[in-house]
Amino acid sequence: MTKTTNHSGQLGGISRRRLLQGASALGAAAVVGPLGARVAHAAPKRGGTFRLAMGHGNTSDSYDPATWDNAYVQVFATARHGYLTEIAADGSLVGELAESWEASKDARTWTLKLRSGVRYHSGKAVTAEDVIASLNYHRGEDSKSAAKPIVKGITEMRADGPGVVVVTLEAGNADFPFVLSDYHLPVMPSSGGKIDPTSRDGCGAYVVDSYEPGVRATMKRNPEYWKSGRAHFDAVEMLAIVDPAARQNALVTGEVDAIDRVDLNTVHLLKRARNVEVVTTTGTQHYTFAMDTRAAPFDDNNVRMALKYALDREELVEKILNGYGEVGNDHPIGRSNRYHAASLEQRTYDPDKARHYLKKAGLDKLEVSLSAADAAFTGAVDAAVLYSERAAVAGITVNVVREPNDGYWSNVWMKKPWSAVYWGGRPTEDWMFTTAYAEGAAWNDTFWSHQRFNALLAEARSELDDARRRAMYEEMQALVSNEGGVVVPMFASYVMGLSSKVAHPEQVGANWTLDGFRAIERWWFA
Amino acid sequence: MESPITVWQAIAALLAFAAGAAVVAWSFRAGALALAPHAVARVLRTAPLTASFGLVVILAYVVVALLAPVLAPFGEREVVGGEYLPWDEVHLLGTDNLGRDMLSRLIYGARNTVGIAFATTTVAFVVGSVLGLLAATVGGWLDQVLSRAVDVLMAIPALIFALLLLTILGTSIPNMILVIALIDSTRVFRLARAVAMNVVVMDYIEAARLRGEGLGRLILREILPNASAPLVAEFGLRFCFVFLAISALSFLGLGIQPPTADWGSMVRDNATLITFGDITPLLPAGAIALLTVAVNFVVDWMLHRASGLKE
Amino acid sequence: MLQMIAQRLALGVLTLFLISVLIFGAIELLPGDIAEEILGQSATPETVEAFRRELGLDRPAHLRYLDWLGGVAQGDLGHSLANRRPIADLIAGRLANTLFLALYAAVIAVPLSLALGILAALYRNSLYDRAVNVFTLSSISFPEFFVAYILIFFLAQSGLFPSIARVTPGADLADKLHRTFLPALTLTLVVTAHMMRMTRAAIINLLASPYIEMARLKGVGPARIVLRHALPNALAPIINVIALNLAYLITGVVVVEVVFVYPGLGQLMVDSVSKRDVTVVQAAALIFACAYVLLNLVADVLSTLSNPRLVHRR
Repeated sequence: MTKTTNHSGQLGGISRRRLLQGASALGAAAVVGPLGARVAHAAPKRGGTFRLAMGHGNTSDSYDPATWDNAYVQVFATARHGYLTEIAADGSLVGELAESWEASKDARTWTLKLRSGVRYHSGKAVTAEDVIASLNYHRGEDSKSAAKPIVKGITEMRADGPGVVVVTLEAGNADFPFVLSDYHLPVMPSSGGKIDPTSRDGCGAYVVDSYEPGVRATMKRNPEYWKSGRAHFDAVEMLAIVDPAARQNALVTGEVDAIDRVDLNTVHLLKRARNVEVVTTTGTQHYTFAMDTRAAPFDDNNVRMALKYALDREELVEKILNGYGEVGNDHPIGRSNRYHAASLEQRTYDPDKARHYLKKAGLDKLEVSLSAADAAFTGAVDAAVLYSERAAVAGITVNVVREPNDGYWSNVWMKKPWSAVYWGGRPTEDWMFTTAYAEGAAWNDTFWSHQRFNALLAEARSELDDARRRAMYEEMQALVSNEGGVVVPMFASYVMGLSSKVAHPEQVGANWTLDGFRAIERWWFA
Repeated sequence: MESPITVWQAIAALLAFAAGAAVVAWSFRAGALALAPHAVARVLRTAPLTASFGLVVILAYVVVALLAPVLAPFGEREVVGGEYLPWDEVHLLGTDNLGRDMLSRLIYGARNTVGIAFATTTVAFVVGSVLGLLAATVGGWLDQVLSRAVDVLMAIPALIFALLLLTILGTSIPNMILVIALIDSTRVFRLARAVAMNVVVMDYIEAARLRGEGLGRLILREILPNASAPLVAEFGLRFCFVFLAISALSFLGLGIQPPTADWGSMVRDNATLITFGDITPLLPAGAIALLTVAVNFVVDWMLHRASGLKE
Repeated sequence: MLQMIAQRLALGVLTLFLISVLIFGAIELLPGDIAEEILGQSATPETVEAFRRELGLDRPAHLRYLDWLGGVAQGDLGHSLANRRPIADLIAGRLANTLFLALYAAVIAVPLSLALGILAALYRNSLYDRAVNVFTLSSISFPEFFVAYILIFFLAQSGLFPSIARVTPGADLADKLHRTFLPALTLTLVVTAHMMRMTRAAIINLLASPYIEMARLKGVGPARIVLRHALPNALAPIINVIALNLAYLITGVVVVEVVFVYPGLGQLMVDSVSKRDVTVVQAAALIFACAYVLLNLVADVLSTLSNPRLVHRR
C-alpha cells in the first residue's frame, strides 16, 4: 500500500483508496426532488442564455478567492475557474485539473499529475507553478484567506516538471484530494510565484464578459473548454436577487430561468405555478445550536443533555423547513456522508428525560438565552421560538434573543454562550470534525475538548482500513451526540426553482446548492 | 384563504366594508349622543360620519389593546397547531407559519404595536415641536445651532441611520422607541420651525413681544395655537410611520424581539404569501391601515374645528 | 438673498464635514470591522489580523480619517476597501439610476399630490375628499415592500410590467420607463399621501383667515379663493414637505431597490454598512447629504420668496 490513482470520470486502480471512494459514491446519493423524467433523460443540447437568479450577492464581493463567502461568488467562481479535483454529482471524487494522484504510504506526500494542454481564457497554459502559487496564496503569515485553516496541513510544495506537483503534509491525511476540491482553491494564472487575486482569468467553462458585484455577471462559453459533455449554454447571466419574493416572482414571470433558495414558507404555492419545477437535494448542509461548553451552565453535560431532549426536531423540520430536510441527531454527519452512524439511536423530544437530566445536574428549573438571527440560517429566529415553547414544558426557560443580522458572525457566533449556526457541511467526516469539533480548531464553536474524540480524530485521519475507519467515525459521532456541546436539529435541503425549459442530469449534486455549485456547466435547455 | 384573490373580489370587499363602516359609525354617533353628557354630546354632534367612524375604531383598538389577555382565545406565543391552518371555528383566522393562532397574535399585536407607536410619536412630538418653536421664536444662534444639528441628522437617510444606531445600541424596545423618536423628531422640528417662522412675523406676535410677554407664554399662548394645525396633521401621519419603520427594520433584520407579536413584523413574516394571492399578510397590514385611516379621520375633524370654518 | 444662499452653501459644506465625521465614528463604533465581516463565519484571528494589515486598518482611526479627508479634499473618493474598485466608478452608474428613479417618481407624484390636495381642500368633507384620503392613507399604511408585492401580484404576474427592474446599459428611454414603472409607482403611492394631506391641511388652515373671509364676502368663487388667495400663503409648509419627500425619493428607497432588484445607491450603502466598507459608506452618505442640503436650500429659498414678510425680515 498505497498507490492510489484516480482518473477523472472513472474510478481507476484497485486499491483500498478506491474502496473508500466507491463507498462515498454510494453514501452520497443525492435525493433529487420531483424529476421531470421527460427532460432528465434527454440528451443535453447546446445553446441559449441561462439566466440564474441567486439569493446572495453583495456589492462588496470580489474576484479574490480569499474572501468568497456566499453562494453567488461560489457559483460564479466555479463557472469560470478550474479546480484540481471535483466532487461528482454522486458524491465521489473525480479529477479535474489533476488527472491523477498518488499518496505515499503514510498519506503524507501526495503527487498530483496535471492534465496537459489546458489553457486559461487569456491563452496561457496551466502549469505546476500556477497550482503551487494558487495554493500558496492561502498559506503563510500574511494570508487573510478564509481557506487558511484548510491548507494549514501543507508543509511543502514543489513542481516536479511542468505537469507534476508534489505536496507534503504535516501529518497523513487520506482525504487530502477532497480538500483540493474546496471552492476557495481554484487554479489561477501566476507570475513570479504569485497569483493576481483581482484577476478574472481562469480555465473554467465560461469566460467573464462583465461583472457588477452584487448585481449581475454575464459570461459566455469558453470555446476551448476541455471537458466533453459539459458547458451546454452559449451564455450565462447571473443575477443577485436577495429578496425571496422578488426572486420567486422573477421565476414565475419568466424573467429568469432558475433560482436558488426558494422561500420555504411558500414553496407549496410555487409548485402550483405552471412551468416551474422545484428541485431539492439533501446533503451535508445542517443547522445547529452551539453551546459554549466552557461557560456555565453549559459546562455540565447533564444540562446539555437536558437541552438536547427539550427540542422537537420533527416539528422544526415540518415548520421551519416545510418538510424539506431531515432530522439531525446532535452530530454534524448526515445520511449522505460515507460513515454516517445509522445505528446511533435517533434522539427525540422527551420532556421527561430533559427533566431527568436537569435533576441530575442538581437543578429544578433552568433559564438560558439562545441568540439567533436569520443571518445564522433562514428561520433561525422562528426555530428558536419553537424550541423555547417546547422546552418550557420541561421546565426550561429559553429566552430567545433576536440578534441583528448585521455582524452576526463576528459579534454573536462564538461570542454569545448559545447561538444558532449554519454549516454548509464538508464532504468528509474528517474535514467536518477537524473544522469544528477538534480541540483548538478555529471554528470549534462549542469550545469542546474531548480527549478520546481528539485521539480518534487523529488516528482515523491516516487510517486506510475502511472497517476500522468506519468504527472510529461512528464512535466519534456518538461522542459528539452524547457529550458534545451542539444541538443539531436538522439537515436542510437545498431547494431550487427551475423553469421547465431547464434540464438537468438525473442525479444532481447535493454537496452544495445548484448541483454542487456546478449547475452552470452541468445543466442545459431542453 | 387558500384561493387567490382577484381585483374584483378586492373591490367588492372594500365596498362592503365601507358600507358596514358607515353603519357602524352612524350607530356609534347616535348611541353616543344619547348616552354622553351634554357638553360632550354637543361636540360630538359636529363630528362628521368619518370622524365618528375614526373614534369607534380608535376606541375599539384601545379596548382590544387593554383587554388583550381576556379577548384572545390563545396565548401570544402559544403554539397551538400545525402551520398555516385554514380558518375554522377554533382558529377564526387560521394559524401562522409556526402554528400560532393568528387572531390571538393580532390582538396582542394591537397592544404592542399601538403602545410602541404612541410612545414613539409622543416623544418625537414633544421634543421636536418644543425645540422647533423655540428655535423659531428665539432665533439667532439657538436657531442656527439647532437647525444645523437637525440638518446633519436629517441628511443621513433615516433607515440607514436607524440601522446604524440600533446595531450599536442593540434592538430592545426602549432603544427602538428612542431611535425612531429621535429620527422622527428631526422631521417634526423642521415642520414646527417652518410653521412658526410664518407666525412669528405676524403683527400680533410683535405686539405680544412689545407687551413684554415671557418666552414660554409667547410660545404656548400665541404661537402654538396658530401653528398647531399642521402639527396635528403631521401627528396623524407620523403615528402610522412608526409601524412602517418597525416593518422596514424587520425587512433589514432588526425587528422586535420574538415572540412578541407586532403588526409590522407580522406583515414582514407573511409578506411573500401575497404574491401568490394569499391574503394572510393583509390581516396585520389591514389592521395598520384601518387604524391609520381612523386616526387621520379624527385628525381631519380636529383640523376642521381648529380652522374655525363653519360649513 | 444671495448672501443667504452663499451662507447656506457654506453651512452645507460644514454639514457634509460633520456628517463624514459622524458616519466614520458610527462605523468605528459598530461591532466588527471589514476584515471580520468579509471573512464572516470563516474568520480566524490570524486571517483577520492579516486582512487588517493589508488594508491598513491597524493604524489609528483618526489617521485613517485624515487620510480619507485629504483625498476627498483633492476630489479623490478613494477605493472600496472590499474589492479595491475606485469609488467614482462604483458610484457613477448607481447614482444615475437613483436619480432617474427619483425623478420618475417625482414627476408623477408631485403634480398628482398637489392636484389631489387642492381638490380635496376645495371639496373638503365631500365624498371625493373622503375617498382620496382613505386611498392615500391606506397606501402609506402598508409597508413599502408590501405595496410592491401587491403591485407585482396585480401588474407583473399578468405580464403587463416586469417584476424586476433590470436596466441594462444602452436601453432606450421608453424601455427604461417601462421596466422601472412598478418601482416608480410604488414610490408614488408611498409619498403621495404625505404631500397631498399637507397641501390640503395647509390650505384649509387658512380658509378661516380674515382676508379669505373678506374675499369670500366680495363674492370671489371658491376655486379662485383656494388657488389665488389661500394657496400662495400655504406654500411654505407645502414646499417643505415636498422637499422632504424628494429627499426621501433619493435617499430612502433601499427597500424598493431590493424588491425590484434595482441597482441604486441605497442598496450599495446598506451592503457597505453591513461589510463596514467605510469609504463606500462615506461616499454614499455624502451624496445623500448633498442631495438633502441642496433640496432644503431650494425649499427654504422658495418658501422665503413665497412670504414677503420673511424676505424683508426686521
